[in-house]
Amino acid sequence: MTTTTAGTTWLVRRSRVLGGQPTDVLVENGVVAEIGPGLSAAGASVLDADGLVLLPGLVDLHTHLREPGREDAETVETGSQAAARGGFTAVHAMANTDPVADTAGVVEQVWRLGRRSGWVDVRPVGAVTVGLAGERLAELGAMADSAAGVRVFSDDGKCVSDAVLMRRALEYVKAFDGVVAQHAQEPRLTDGAQMHEGAVSAVLGLRGWPAVAEEAIIARDVLLAGHVGSRLHVCHLSTAGSVEIVRWAKGRGIDVTAEVTPHHLLLTDEEVRSYDPVFKVNPPLRTAEDVMALREALADGTIDIVATDHAPHPVEDKDCEWAAAAMGMTGLETALSVVQHTMVETGLLDWAGVAQRMSAAPARIGRLADQGRPLVVGEPAHLTLVDPAARWTVEPHTMATMGRNSPFRGRELPGQVVATFYAGHPTVLDGKLAGPRPGTTPGRDA
Amino acid sequence: MTARRTVLEAAEIRRALTRIAHEVLERNKGADDLVLLGIPTRGVTLATRLGRRLTEIEGRPVPVGSLDATMYRDDLRRQPVRTIAPTELPDGGIDDKVVVLVDDVLFSGRTIRAALDALSDLGRPRAVRLAVLVDRGHRELPIRADHVGKNLPTSLSERVRVALEEVDGTDEVRIESDAAEVSA
Amino acid sequence: MRHLLSAADLDRAQAVTVLDVAEQMAATQRREIKKLPTLRGRTVVNLFFEDSTRTRISFEAAAKRLSADVINFSAKGSSVSKGESLKDTALTLEAMGADAVVVRHPASGAPHRLAHAGWTRGAVVNAGDGTHEHPTQALLDAFTMRRHLVENATGADLAGRRVALVGDVLHSRVARSNVLLLNTLGAHVVLVAPPTLLPVGVEGWPCEVSYDLDATLAGGHGDLDAVMMLRVQAERMNASYFPSVREYSRRYGLDARRVGLLPEHTVVMHPGPMNRGLEISADAADSPRSTIVEQVTNGVAVRMAVLYLLLAGARDLAPAGPPADEVALTEGVLP
Repeated sequence: MTTTTAGTTWLVRRSRVLGGQPTDVLVENGVVAEIGPGLSAAGASVLDADGLVLLPGLVDLHTHLREPGREDAETVETGSQAAARGGFTAVHAMANTDPVADTAGVVEQVWRLGRRSGWVDVRPVGAVTVGLAGERLAELGAMADSAAGVRVFSDDGKCVSDAVLMRRALEYVKAFDGVVAQHAQEPRLTDGAQMHEGAVSAVLGLRGWPAVAEEAIIARDVLLAGHVGSRLHVCHLSTAGSVEIVRWAKGRGIDVTAEVTPHHLLLTDEEVRSYDPVFKVNPPLRTAEDVMALREALADGTIDIVATDHAPHPVEDKDCEWAAAAMGMTGLETALSVVQHTMVETGLLDWAGVAQRMSAAPARIGRLADQGRPLVVGEPAHLTLVDPAARWTVEPHTMATMGRNSPFRGRELPGQVVATFYAGHPTVLDGKLAGPRPGTTPGRDA
Repeated sequence: MTARRTVLEAAEIRRALTRIAHEVLERNKGADDLVLLGIPTRGVTLATRLGRRLTEIEGRPVPVGSLDATMYRDDLRRQPVRTIAPTELPDGGIDDKVVVLVDDVLFSGRTIRAALDALSDLGRPRAVRLAVLVDRGHRELPIRADHVGKNLPTSLSERVRVALEEVDGTDEVRIESDAAEVSA
Repeated sequence: MRHLLSAADLDRAQAVTVLDVAEQMAATQRREIKKLPTLRGRTVVNLFFEDSTRTRISFEAAAKRLSADVINFSAKGSSVSKGESLKDTALTLEAMGADAVVVRHPASGAPHRLAHAGWTRGAVVNAGDGTHEHPTQALLDAFTMRRHLVENATGADLAGRRVALVGDVLHSRVARSNVLLLNTLGAHVVLVAPPTLLPVGVEGWPCEVSYDLDATLAGGHGDLDAVMMLRVQAERMNASYFPSVREYSRRYGLDARRVGLLPEHTVVMHPGPMNRGLEISADAADSPRSTIVEQVTNGVAVRMAVLYLLLAGARDLAPAGPPADEVALTEGVLP
């Protein structure tokens, strides 16, 4: 059971629930107590949300919190603060830490750090293979049974390229309703790859990362998942061809879900012409045709969710020549704005669609019982209030994340997260960090 | 508004060059060992014309070449970068010759200073002389011309324009200044 | 323009200006006194993260002939780790007051980064970056071609000339710069290579592509005016780009028989260093129509021109007006 010691009552006035008509929402004891116009509650803190859109708290299936091991890049504390500011109430912390999150001990450590921080629900992802080495399975069952209750397993950063190992992983996680989240990258085809292989890489003389290296793995994996009757999740899908394969697989009834990152919805490989490593990411930025295909796929449901792949790096890992630079971009604090810009303002998605793809669906894939719930009375009060009319300029040094590697630096984006409620507690108010949720005991079976 | 005033017309330029030709010959006591080196762009045109006059007068060819001093200038950093014109020495070179440098306008003297440096990298003439179509004054270096077509007292705010048929389509020297300063 | 990072930085007029100035620079190098005072007081740093004695010496000679102070900084093998070294080295050079940094780096885009990351204020000249570009090599190649193929070269481009670039285009910075510059200068370029050694995306380049050297030499893409052979690096040999050295040489190497297919006037070029017997046979390399040694000589004049145009005047490679004379100095051009 989730319990909230803070007894604060909040009355959120005149917000537009999922972008609908303005109404009032009363939050009490961590749950949505009442919804309707003209509510009043004695002693409640009032939040005037006129013009704001109310969404369920966002859930990120793909975050790099870097702790343990790279606390110079990010910590669970700073990463979950960044998540709260971005409107998230739950994040999945990827396993490529040091040590790798491939044992019950490490995932429990990360889970406890998240619990102590109290900004969001931090759900560790377990490694598929020991040390992400792609050679033998990690103790998936032990991680599933641990206090962290891991359900998502991924070698993200590396591909489980061995077909037999991938098959076994897909089969094995069925025992505890887990899912393998594959980083689809054929390693031999991408040896030393620096950017998308195409017209721009040809001019820049940077070694290409061909689309086929992603598509070949996705094609293999959906066939494997279909064969063994497992569910498969595809991380950061980046090409039009991948969209076609996932669409085909879903049409065949294969239990596959897919995610796209905000940066792949907006940026193209043309950015690389600057040789600025802030645009270096894996999978790489693709072409404008790919971007349009990804947007359409997210709109029509072929791609299920948006996941940030938030990947903070210390300045020195980006302040160098392209080939020497680390891959990755920050994303937690810009995700919703980029989605509004690319999907809502283009008419491809309404706010209900955004809530589905950034909250309900990722929570369902990650099997988070009390996240991504509908905005109805009695549900946990994980809420995000966004001002869709606001416009802001991305300035990495003002962000909560330690990473300064935002590819949107200097760009004006729409939509600002005004408030985030994590189990009824405001972690963000007025767009600023308000405070962590005190003394919580989040649990899987809440 | 720019005020323009023509100070030399085609006929006067022609007469000035003829006079300079005679002065050069007189000073050199004939055309022996004479080499004319024009300073690009219009100095080369003037040197060619002067060479033609000398040849007519003396009845034998006087060698003419060009000397680009750009790479010897001391004011390169103050100006937008310049292209470099050819330096072409006549057959026979300049060693032990009497070189007459030819330029259109003598002003600060810095071009001639650079030309003298360039010349010393190319050889060792017996003597170097300077012929200019116009001397407008305002020297910044201890340099003077041996042969002058016309002395033109000018103010620093004025500009002296030399136009030559071969380069500009017409022969003319004029002074330009901003109208306000002329009336002042 | 403040830097020379890519051959694409030059428009036709600027490229022709470089070649014209190089022509005058070359003239000064035939004199007894070769040194010019032009860049006295300027500091040029040769920053080489990769061994290339030939290119470094060429730039060093060019800078010294123009009286610049030259500092050679060989970063290869030094203890600084990758990544850190470029920025920290750049900051050091900035502190030393480098007016120009000539950089050779194994990473594509490193000169670009040096020029635009705010680490140094000096002009950056790309002396070869990874598999990206080598613009001064392309300029000296174009200079060499213009001398051989164009009468009254001054002011002229290479309009209508046909040039074949043969070999490992995929990994060749020389090829990339040459395709761009030759296209700017109006020449037609044909790339000849096995498909494995052409980049994906080459179809967007302003050139034609051939897989058949014999057909191209025999006029399949029109009569060639120049054939440039590209070096095949040793590390490609065992990476399945081609089955064997013997097969590569047989299909894509230039030998006496193939030289014989060419029109009388066609020049044979190679940016060096050559693998004799692999991409070019000894008799092709040493034939009278080979310009390979001349390319090296021309390299100094072209690099003098580039340094002159980047450093001598205000920060713009485009010439401001007519050549120096007293009128131009104060007034510019007549209307």
